[in-house]
Amino acid sequence: MRYHSDPAERLNKKQIAKYATKFLKNNSIINLGIGIPSLCAQYITDPTILLHAENGVYGFNKFANEKNINPDYMDAGGNFLETNKNMVFFDSVESFNLIRGGHIDTTILGAFQVSKNGDIANWMIPKRGIGSIGGAMDLCANTKNVIVTMEHTTKLNEPKIVEKCEFPLTAVNCVNKIVTDVGVFEINYNSIILKECAPGWDVLSIQNITGVKVKCDKKIVFMDIDNV
Amino acid sequence: MIGGFGGSGGQPTRLMLALSKKKLKGLTIIGNVAGISETTGYGWPKNIKPVDQGIFFRTGIADKIICSFPVPASQNPKSPIENFWHNNKNSVEIIPQGTLIEKIRCAGAGIPAFYTSTGVGTIIENNKETKFINNKKYILEYALSADYALIRASVADENGNLQFRGTSRAFNPAMATAAKITIVEVDEIVKAGSLDPNNIHTLGIHVNRIIKRRKNDIYP
Repeated sequence: MRYHSDPAERLNKKQIAKYATKFLKNNSIINLGIGIPSLCAQYITDPTILLHAENGVYGFNKFANEKNINPDYMDAGGNFLETNKNMVFFDSVESFNLIRGGHIDTTILGAFQVSKNGDIANWMIPKRGIGSIGGAMDLCANTKNVIVTMEHTTKLNEPKIVEKCEFPLTAVNCVNKIVTDVGVFEINYNSIILKECAPGWDVLSIQNITGVKVKCDKKIVFMDIDNV
Repeated sequence: MIGGFGGSGGQPTRLMLALSKKKLKGLTIIGNVAGISETTGYGWPKNIKPVDQGIFFRTGIADKIICSFPVPASQNPKSPIENFWHNNKNSVEIIPQGTLIEKIRCAGAGIPAFYTSTGVGTIIENNKETKFINNKKYILEYALSADYALIRASVADENGNLQFRGTSRAFNPAMATAAKITIVEVDEIVKAGSLDPNNIHTLGIHVNRIIKRRKNDIYP
């Protein structure tokens, strides 16, 4: 994907997902949202990382072969799961005890907009007027480490990283990191800090498609997309 | 209340089909992932036409829904709940999933209300009581009960003790405790005392009626 003013290609969804897994710590428990985040699962190779799905399972690592599905084994995105001996099942009360109780270390979600103070809007497009919250508000409000994976702009090349979200909020002041198709950003003290650029990109080109002042704390490195 | 998580596993599909054909009006449906399977196939095997809670709005027996996930991400094609919402905007109440399940759990556990940080700073906080506890803001949410819970389990014994399989527990056990009458749809009924008493997921005292599905039902 490349807009005419772009200095280089933007990453595709799989590359964004793969890159986001670089920021997962071993021995952690992770919840993946729908869309780009759900693609992360296939790139997690560390066996000490446990995947949690809010419908009541952790420890899964594979989707079931289409010929061999069982509706009693599903993730929250509606994908059927291959069973393995590390999986544990529980009901929705326990599942949200885990979330609200802060037992989930990291959640990776998609977003329509993220603001510079870490607010996230990801459940409703105002023009449509109706949307689905699901577990996103619980996850964002209660997880220590919230990573957003998304395309950097809308299809019209408008910024999705903004001063203040115009879309209805999912949670306030919770996003720690954003991985987009042009860079990796951290949110710290009400600032968007650019940590890494996609290959061929530079600070000015990223600034041009970002709705807030982008800060850089040191020499920017290129995202090493081939070695995650 | 309708149990499960929206997919075919854990959903009382036969009870839902039977209810949707009854000559009733004005039902309030309490669900979770309520209306996305029919148009997206969410959680259903590809060769079977999905059933979701939109069925109650297509047949017109319901006039309100309380859930966390009423509509899919795409509006094409429009789902029955989205069509209903267009003319009844105040009759689709969307609640964060963790708050919804805790409201139901509390109803079954004799707890009238609870505080949660979920939804702080969003429209969920509007017109609700809030409180700072240890310098953190929380919203007061109230318990939610129902007249009937339709749920799905794998096995029941003759005393109504239930076991679930895999991820098909979801909202079923909590809903069983929060309704005046709980009706469970099961694959198998076994003799009283033949389930392992160490391994009962829902207690029989919460279950009022058991419906056994046909063997090899077309719906999973």
